[in-house]
Amino acid sequence: MDIKAYIASGILELYVYGSLTEKENLEVYEILQKHPEALEEVKRIEHALDQLSAAVAPNTLSSSYKKIEQNLDASTGGIIAIDRKKTNWPAYIGWAAAVALLIGVFFQSNKNRALRQQVVQQEIEKQVLESKIIIAEEEASKTKSLLDVLRNKTLIRVPLKAQNIDPTAYASVYWDKEQQNTYIDVAGLPDPPPGKVYQVWSLKLNPLTPTSIGILDKFSKNDQKIFLLANPNDSEAFGITLEPEGGSKSPTLEQLYVLGAIAS
Amino acid sequence: MMQPTELIAALQNQNQDAFKRVYDMYADNVYGIIYTIIKDKSLSEEVLQDVFLKIWKNANSYSEKKGRFFTWILNIARNAAIDKTRSKSFKNTSQNQSADYFVDILEHKDNFSSKIDAIGIKKYIASLEPLCKKVIDLLFFKGFTQKEASEELNIPLGTIKTRNRICIDKLRKTLEA
Repeated sequence: MDIKAYIASGILELYVYGSLTEKENLEVYEILQKHPEALEEVKRIEHALDQLSAAVAPNTLSSSYKKIEQNLDASTGGIIAIDRKKTNWPAYIGWAAAVALLIGVFFQSNKNRALRQQVVQQEIEKQVLESKIIIAEEEASKTKSLLDVLRNKTLIRVPLKAQNIDPTAYASVYWDKEQQNTYIDVAGLPDPPPGKVYQVWSLKLNPLTPTSIGILDKFSKNDQKIFLLANPNDSEAFGITLEPEGGSKSPTLEQLYVLGAIAS
Repeated sequence: MMQPTELIAALQNQNQDAFKRVYDMYADNVYGIIYTIIKDKSLSEEVLQDVFLKIWKNANSYSEKKGRFFTWILNIARNAAIDKTRSKSFKNTSQNQSADYFVDILEHKDNFSSKIDAIGIKKYIASLEPLCKKVIDLLFFKGFTQKEASEELNIPLGTIKTRNRICIDKLRKTLEA
């Protein structure tokens, strides 16, 4: 091979430029291994191009190496995030969806909790109303049975009139002689003071013989103020006295509130 | 210019000191090549950083059989710069449209680094024929193939190689004088 002609062809300049194909590069490389003068030529071309390309750098680089070095540290192991500026839309969308879902779940669970509380509240109110209805029904049925009693034509009504101790007091006794029951209506009596109870007496008049038929010990708890007491006596009159708690064996006449005789 | 064989081997072993020496040796060349293509200093510096990171990352892909180390580095620089000219950020900048920009740079530049034979370069540029300016610009700075250059300059393919050798010979003679 005529190495001088080869050098003169200008292929070595293009070799150093990098404008040859891979195959041509390998051919030149093999010739350079065999012909030191060709290699020497390459070195001189390279020197000239080194001068030319470095000369066109517009200014002296000052801080570039530091920036590169920082990225070297970050990429030890040879991985460099060259596309680091690329926006990762799927990830952003994913996170946004997750956040939106969390907000939605939180909102729904809050709403759910509020609704559940409301249901509990409604349930309580419903039970209160139901018990009120039961109470009202009980009272209505009591009143109804009372009415039935009062309409019973065999019933004897005995009005009891006020005595000296309280001129405004009054009461009534409804006596079912056959059933031996008395209904004592004491709506016209004042509430008894603490420690005292009203006691109801059946009286025989000649001679005057009082027999206790019971005490009204749940006076303030009985809204209708009508008490049912058994009365097996052959009564001629009824009286109500105020007695110490538990009642007395014989009436305290000073505390006689109402008294009435059966019309014969 | 010697092929820095030991330095290349150290670089391929991920030796950072070797990398720093490679940077010191070639940063101006890389910067120069990028700048003649991009014509914007801060964008060129950005590309330069990417180029050296590629050199670090891809050091093992270099083999002497493929060409000179200098050539390998210049190829990475040219390709990165050309990629940048296709990017959005580049299209937003205004460029000097001069066909042989390296000549403009050298004619207006006064501050050369110490390794440059500034007087020789200036003298060379002043005496350079217009066709040589274009041939060197396309083949060396822009990385055109002979065929692309012959089409661009409208001269026969067979004369590109020898024409280019004549242009570079002048540079060598000026610098070696």
